[in-house]
Amino acid sequence: MTTTDPQPAQLSGLDQSPDGDPTGEPLLQVTDLKTNFTSDRGRVQAVRGVTFTLDRGKTLGIVGESGSGKSVLARSIMGLMPSNATRTGSVRYGGEEILNAPLKVMREYWGDQMSMVFQDPMTALNPVMRVSKQITESIHEHLDVSKDYADESALKILESVGIPEAKRRLRQYPHELSGGMRQRVMIAIALACGPKLLFADEPTTALDVTVQAQILDLLQEQQRERFMAVMLVTHDLGVVAGRADDIAVMYAGQIVERAPARTLFAEMAHPYTEALLQSIPKLEMPNHTRLQAIGGRPPDLVNPPQGCKFAPRCPYAQDKCREVEPPLEEHGTPGHAFACYYPVNSAEGAEALARNRAAHVPAANTTDPTAVVS
Amino acid sequence: MAGIGTAHLRPPDETLLQVEHLVVEFPAGRRGLKVNAVTDVSIDVKPGETLGLVGESGCGKSTTGKAILQLPPPTSGTVTFDGKKLSSTSGESLRRLRTQLQMIFQDPISSLNPRRRVEDIIAEGLSIWQIGDKDSRSKKVDDMLLTVGLDPAVARGRRPFQFSGGQCQRISIARAVMTEPKLSICDEPVSALDVSVQAQILNLLEDMKERYGLTLIYIAHDLAVVKNDSDRVAVMYLGRICEVGNPNVLYQQPAHPYTSALLSAIPVPNPEVRPEDRQSLAGEIPSPVSPPSGCRFRTRCPRAEEKCAAEVPEIRPIGDDQFVACHFPLSPNDTVPPTEVVGASTSGATVG
Repeated sequence: MTTTDPQPAQLSGLDQSPDGDPTGEPLLQVTDLKTNFTSDRGRVQAVRGVTFTLDRGKTLGIVGESGSGKSVLARSIMGLMPSNATRTGSVRYGGEEILNAPLKVMREYWGDQMSMVFQDPMTALNPVMRVSKQITESIHEHLDVSKDYADESALKILESVGIPEAKRRLRQYPHELSGGMRQRVMIAIALACGPKLLFADEPTTALDVTVQAQILDLLQEQQRERFMAVMLVTHDLGVVAGRADDIAVMYAGQIVERAPARTLFAEMAHPYTEALLQSIPKLEMPNHTRLQAIGGRPPDLVNPPQGCKFAPRCPYAQDKCREVEPPLEEHGTPGHAFACYYPVNSAEGAEALARNRAAHVPAANTTDPTAVVS
Repeated sequence: MAGIGTAHLRPPDETLLQVEHLVVEFPAGRRGLKVNAVTDVSIDVKPGETLGLVGESGCGKSTTGKAILQLPPPTSGTVTFDGKKLSSTSGESLRRLRTQLQMIFQDPISSLNPRRRVEDIIAEGLSIWQIGDKDSRSKKVDDMLLTVGLDPAVARGRRPFQFSGGQCQRISIARAVMTEPKLSICDEPVSALDVSVQAQILNLLEDMKERYGLTLIYIAHDLAVVKNDSDRVAVMYLGRICEVGNPNVLYQQPAHPYTSALLSAIPVPNPEVRPEDRQSLAGEIPSPVSPPSGCRFRTRCPRAEEKCAAEVPEIRPIGDDQFVACHFPLSPNDTVPPTEVVGASTSGATVG
């Protein structure tokens, strides 16, 4: 996924160093990352071996349903884990291994090198702290600057995220702001120290479509200006389609398909990716068109099924899929990897689908005991 | 936008619900200020029809839905349901009518009582009204759970937290349909759900509609979601109606600049469509405490002129089953200029 880095038109004033990776290593390199949680029911395998790299100035879209492990992946990389979590594998940031680094070390990274924009701005912001304090908090933590300088930076950053009357807003509390404004404040906090890597975990799910478009535009603009790497986590393929350079589709804690955005849509190979796309209502469809929902639910990550984890819901699934898990491998176009024996738009896939249809195999054998109908 | 008038209403004898000149105001602060949540909204629904009610947060769409159910009763205006004026009904007779009117809420998990079993939640309407005996109610619960796609043997004894968001929404739908209401109001039933689950619930609503002959008012902020289930769509902005029409026409040829802006905000799952090329709506919805004069959308509208500040536009027919409240509606060949500068800053407090 390494390509020539475009020269940014203008870097943000906070960080003028070009890349900070004399070794030529990517900014973020995740290798076989696994995250488990211990629970009363047993070990929850939330992330089950994820590998990818992300360069500065690039956007990686992570797409999947609730429970696919996409948020846990972002938090595992950043090290925001509860005490019942264990992580194995490797996370290298700018060439340094940061997986399982002590809290003291991670605090140096948080805010300064990498930060996160959370889904729900109301619960992520501190309700009893003024906006100004929430922004300057991390500036004081990482930079040895005067109070006036920090306040001045907070004002600038708030203006740069498109908040009108920024000076007045600084003195307000989160409840005095609308949902879109709160998310802009969240972004301002995340950007305050000029991080090189930004995680956006469903940044627009709680917002209206019109505000969603504004916030996504803002993230994109800030990324270009600051030449950041962005990991955009969402359940909606529509959100990442025009905005991500690369897209990784996650299912049951693994990446099942990964490709540059254009390739993914043009040469979609994994049945899960296809199913996600088909479930989006399209404006071109006349009203009362039946949507192609994905039956059932994601598998239980305490006892994931044998073989391909999507097989129980997959219209293409054959016996082989239920026995041996397909590996994530590159096929065809460089950079396009998927984990499927019977990919969409292939001869094998068409044959498998026809065979299932002929045998009237239900499109979804659900793994969920309470659901009988898809 | 955001106009007044009743040109889009159909003859009262054809409709199940007729809402005329609905106004909902709430007091704001001590200085006699008021929140103009809904200002002169008129809508109607025919039996068996689904009306989609669309707009941003703060446009008054949920308030309209609740005012229809008299929760609380509107400040003024009439709500006629099945020939009876709800606005002049109260007490026991209103309570009796409420079995015919049900609501499905946005957040499926918090709208179900966490301490009760699913069977009790679903049967509650029947128990209250003593419809059937215990056995027949129990049988009805089983049938309804099966209809909404849950296994009665497993589901009925469980409590809401043991289910996912999508399953809780199925339970909510089961509960709402149990008393066989004539009208159900769905307030953003899928906005808290993933796209994949959203499709399941939208399909389920369509099935339930067919099976029980439901009449629905479907409230949402996402035009794409509404289109699928609706026979008619009404777009609202800051307490007023902008445009009403058949979804197939309205989506293809929006006449109101706001409808057009809402449509272009929908993320398209196509990497060739670059979001930055599309016109996006700048700014935020103004405060309903002091809404703009004239057309309420004018502060963010790329087509606004002096007339828009002076006169409130009245709803008028503009095509076959399409009505718009705009002085300068879009014609089919119009392209809207980008709204980069207009209304980038909103005056006063904003309400999300």
